[in-house]
Amino acid sequence: MIKARVTVTLKNGVLDPQGKAIEGALGALGFDGIGQVRQGKVFDLQIESTDKAKAEEDLKAMCEKLLANTVIENYSISFA
Amino acid sequence: MKSAVVQLPGLNRDRDMIAALTKISGKAPVTVWQTETDIPDVDLIVIPGGFSYGDYLRCGAIAARMPVMQAIKAKAEKGVKVLGVCNGFQILVEAGLLPGALMRNASLKFVCREIKLEVVNADTDFTRAYSKGQIIRSPVAHHDGNYFADAETLKTIEGNGQVVFRYAEGTNPNGSMNDIAGVMNAEGNVLGMMPHPENLIEAAHGGSDGRGLFASALEVIAA
Repeated sequence: MIKARVTVTLKNGVLDPQGKAIEGALGALGFDGIGQVRQGKVFDLQIESTDKAKAEEDLKAMCEKLLANTVIENYSISFA
Repeated sequence: MKSAVVQLPGLNRDRDMIAALTKISGKAPVTVWQTETDIPDVDLIVIPGGFSYGDYLRCGAIAARMPVMQAIKAKAEKGVKVLGVCNGFQILVEAGLLPGALMRNASLKFVCREIKLEVVNADTDFTRAYSKGQIIRSPVAHHDGNYFADAETLKTIEGNGQVVFRYAEGTNPNGSMNDIAGVMNAEGNVLGMMPHPENLIEAAHGGSDGRGLFASALEVIAA
């Protein structure tokens, strides 16, 4: 079994109102010196296979087709 | 003119849309379930508003990958008119039928109120009953209507007249770039918009400003 993690983040230049709100809340809690907060998503997947190359190829397709909206988001894939 | 309304789990404005289309065209639309791969011959396909798939992942993301969307894409390529309202608009951008993306409202709050819309392009199959620059009333009800497109896309859609509706000055409820409220594809047969014209079509609604959109798309003389 292959364990993979997909991380989806907003592209640079895309406004992130939720990140901004979190940034403000952290400031209100007294955490100083936070330049910026950007919110993203993490997906942990278990793939019934031992072929890592094939899994990576499939994961890329999953990101392009569903997990990320490539108009506004970037994605990265890592393996446990 | 025949129309169809798409139904998906979590959409909740389908009945409003069916009522509006029936009242304005005099004919009830056919309803098409998400798993259908064959859409009957109609002139207008409408994806109504709501919260398909609970807005999981991203608004409209899962709905956009349902079988019915392939059928809608094929129809759109043949020139059939497609209208997406609210969640329908989100589904159309997620499906790649319209440019850009719809993000969380800048205020982070769900907005449910009336706004004013400027008809930016009245020379479309959806807006013929209006005049250019006309300001119309329209309800909005959404959490993710903040229109985003990269600089190049924005330039293209503005230059091509693909921006059909803008929030009139001072009424932008969600932080959309360039106050964009409604966008069509380059071919002009697919329109997506966040406001709900179907909820302002008769006296009982307190006005009929939304009627012109359906009258245009269904080619009936505006009342």
